Amino acid sequence: MIEPTLSHYLLISGALFSIGLLGVIVRRNILIIYMSLELMLNAANVALVAMSRFNGNLDGQVMVFFIITVAAAEVSVGLALIVALYRKRQTTEVGDLASMKL
Amino acid sequence: METILFNIFALLAVLSALLVVVNPLSRNPVTSAMFLVTTMISISGLFVLLNAYFLAAVQILVYAGAVMVLFLFVIMLLDVEETARRKLRLVSLTMGFLSVAALFGVYKSSLEATYVKDVDSSQDIATADEIDGFWSEYYAAATSVGESESLVTVGSTQALGKELFSSVNGFILPFEIVSILLLVAMIGVILLSKKDTK
Repeated sequence: MIEPTLSHYLLISGALFSIGLLGVIVRRNILIIYMSLELMLNAANVALVAMSRFNGNLDGQVMVFFIITVAAAEVSVGLALIVALYRKRQTTEVGDLASMKL
Repeated sequence: METILFNIFALLAVLSALLVVVNPLSRNPVTSAMFLVTTMISISGLFVLLNAYFLAAVQILVYAGAVMVLFLFVIMLLDVEETARRKLRLVSLTMGFLSVAALFGVYKSSLEATYVKDVDSSQDIATADEIDGFWSEYYAAATSVGESESLVTVGSTQALGKELFSSVNGFILPFEIVSILLLVAMIGVILLSKKDTK
């Protein structure tokens, strides 16, 4: 068996990103869409850590450290928004949240 | 050994990520959240294979721990029982799948065009031993002379902290900005969650 190289890790990262994008496009539940967004963020993290490892530079890991922190803040605000939205509209389906459409 | 572990974690990550998005058996958000936890743990396994031990620990703590508990808490709070039965539209499903598959195909072919050529010629790309040699030199240079070599493992918390807080080209200002961002997020969440915002 061959050793995993940078392109293997980038392939995994791309696959995870594509699956997250598929979730954002296909699913209609706002919570699942939000989980798919988290998946896409994590795919970017995998790519950054792999680049950091194979290029011998720690800056990628520092970047991932900041991404994780910002993602935690983003999740808390986003979920609070979803809860506020649910209080007002009693739904989590994006199809029902089209009142701004002309 | 590393290859086997990489295969296991990669397969687990991609499979459970697929089950988050398109689970044929269950449309329940709780199931999706549980498979997302599996994905996060697999990704942290990949981080360990990439020698990023601190980030692997943080990934487990923050994502598999805090973020997913928050998700589950909100799912349970909202109690979205009846919307789970709604059907996915077939047209949007196929079109979304096709467009994402096309995008991934473009990405994969560009990746092969960039990297596989280098592996074949094996001139530009460094071997694993060379990279490890570089790392040990990097950390030997990064740490002070008095410390023993055995303390300095590649990707350790110590090395990451030195990179993060070094006074020359560190990341002290971004670190402080992120702390303010967390404070702002905390205040924002409290404000959003209040019953009557007056």
